[in-house]
Amino acid sequence: MQSTTTLLDPTAELQTAARQLLPRLKSIAGLTVGLLDISKPRGKEFLDEVQKHLEEAGAKVKRYSKPTFTRVAPTELTQQISVECDAVIEGLAD
Amino acid sequence: MNQALETQPANYVLVVKKDCPTCTLIEPVIQALARNSALSLKVYVQDDPSFPANLDGVIDDSSLEYSYQAEIEVVPTLIRLTDGNDAQSEESRIYGWDKEQWQSFTRIEGLGAELVNFKPGCGSKTQDPGMSEVLALRFGKQILQARSVELAEAEDIMEACYDRGWSDGLPVVPPTPLRVMRMLNGSARDAAEIVGKVPPDNVPCTIEKIAINAVMAGCKPEYFPVVIASVEAALQDRFCMHGLLCTTYFSSPVMVVNGPITKQIGMNSGVNALGQGNRANATIGRALQLIIRNVGGGVPGGIDRANMGNPGKYTYCFAEDESDENWGSLSMDRGFGRKDSVISLFAGDGLQPVLDQQSRTPHSLAKSMAMSLRSVAHTKLFGIADAILVVCPEHRRVFREGGWSKEDLRKALHEELVTPGAEIIRGANDIAEGMPANFKDKVLNKFRDDGLHIVTTGGTAGMFSAIIGGWVASGERGSQLTSQKI
Repeated sequence: MQSTTTLLDPTAELQTAARQLLPRLKSIAGLTVGLLDISKPRGKEFLDEVQKHLEEAGAKVKRYSKPTFTRVAPTELTQQISVECDAVIEGLAD
Repeated sequence: MNQALETQPANYVLVVKKDCPTCTLIEPVIQALARNSALSLKVYVQDDPSFPANLDGVIDDSSLEYSYQAEIEVVPTLIRLTDGNDAQSEESRIYGWDKEQWQSFTRIEGLGAELVNFKPGCGSKTQDPGMSEVLALRFGKQILQARSVELAEAEDIMEACYDRGWSDGLPVVPPTPLRVMRMLNGSARDAAEIVGKVPPDNVPCTIEKIAINAVMAGCKPEYFPVVIASVEAALQDRFCMHGLLCTTYFSSPVMVVNGPITKQIGMNSGVNALGQGNRANATIGRALQLIIRNVGGGVPGGIDRANMGNPGKYTYCFAEDESDENWGSLSMDRGFGRKDSVISLFAGDGLQPVLDQQSRTPHSLAKSMAMSLRSVAHTKLFGIADAILVVCPEHRRVFREGGWSKEDLRKALHEELVTPGAEIIRGANDIAEGMPANFKDKVLNKFRDDGLHIVTTGGTAGMFSAIIGGWVASGERGSQLTSQKI
């Protein structure tokens, strides 16, 4: 087994070879932003502050939390966020 | 070094492999040559550097670099050089074992006297299946120009292709350099040749980029000439690929392949010809779609604005059944000969059946087909969408047994479809859609001149023909059927 694989770019090479990010939002006014608390201590206080700023910018905010910070978010939760929100901010660390 | 000697020693290079019985047969000859001070000998061995036995200085060529550069096809090969320090200075070569030939080539009387007179050699390891592209990549001229994408160790290769947006939704074959080299070998075309500019981004497309996408589509190298021809057809101005991609309508390229190549590469023109299951049909059609997506940048929801699209936008390619020599093929209608291999592209939609299990006369069957053809795009819209009428073999038999040619059928369909404008103008029959009012007093044909194409394909059982409706921008203002010799 090779440890790395080389592929040839099938595109016109107009963009970088790295994976592309999803298109960024131009504005959050009127959109719904999810705040995902990864369930580390004091996450709530931090995200409360973030929520205040987002709402001042005209966004609606929905709050979510992972059952535990030690594991990736359950599929049901990521699906729920993707359906209910236009963007998500994940609180990563304490 | 013996350069100071009066007589320059003759310089030889020998390439052997232990796995070759001829090479092992001549082992004593090799040892004798190596001991002979009147000549210098370099021995390259492809598989086992302990062979030949009791010989110092054997060069391990298990990488096959020397064998590849020296274009060795048979072992043993004995090469005489004019300059012992220059491997390029080949004077001549012999291969296999032919006692007299070896004796005169080395100018040594009695060389190998104890051996049989003749034993042919074996294939060089450079000739093993699949090896030529491996060696060309490793040691050959750099012909691949596409950007390399290095995947991280933890990346799943299939998922990596999805993540980079290269897929139409189905898995793609990862385009490794080796696979692309093999694809390129399916055609004599230069990898760097630019075939044209692919819409919508109008990016120059090389043969190499076509090969990369053909690999991803799942093509075998032998399909590659057909894929190239499909791109050349799609890029002709008359096909209008840019507009076809952008349209909100259903249409997309439909490909019909004619001629000997359909048999050579195993395309399906029989049972389920427009369905799944045949690799050539499936992957040739898909390759063009991937090229439009990846090279041209034509992505659904981006420039591709189809409101529904159609399932043929994954792939839509089939071969014509040309088993009836008295019934002209599509490519013959386009001016090609029966021996020509041709691909024709049509801007078309899904498939609509024409069921007729009762007609036993050409007249009845033609009327039946004409009635169904009225519904292309809309029953009250005439002259805006072309169509392909796909005649099944059993229906073709009805026409043939009734003494009709394809031209007779085309003429009858034309006559059946002529309609007074008053019946199909907007508002007629209480339907707002229809032809503009200024056509009221005219007589209209459903299809413009050269707007109805007739193709035969399918299994031998089932009186089911079909219609592939065309883009509602058919003709010079939009797309016309475009044929390209393969």
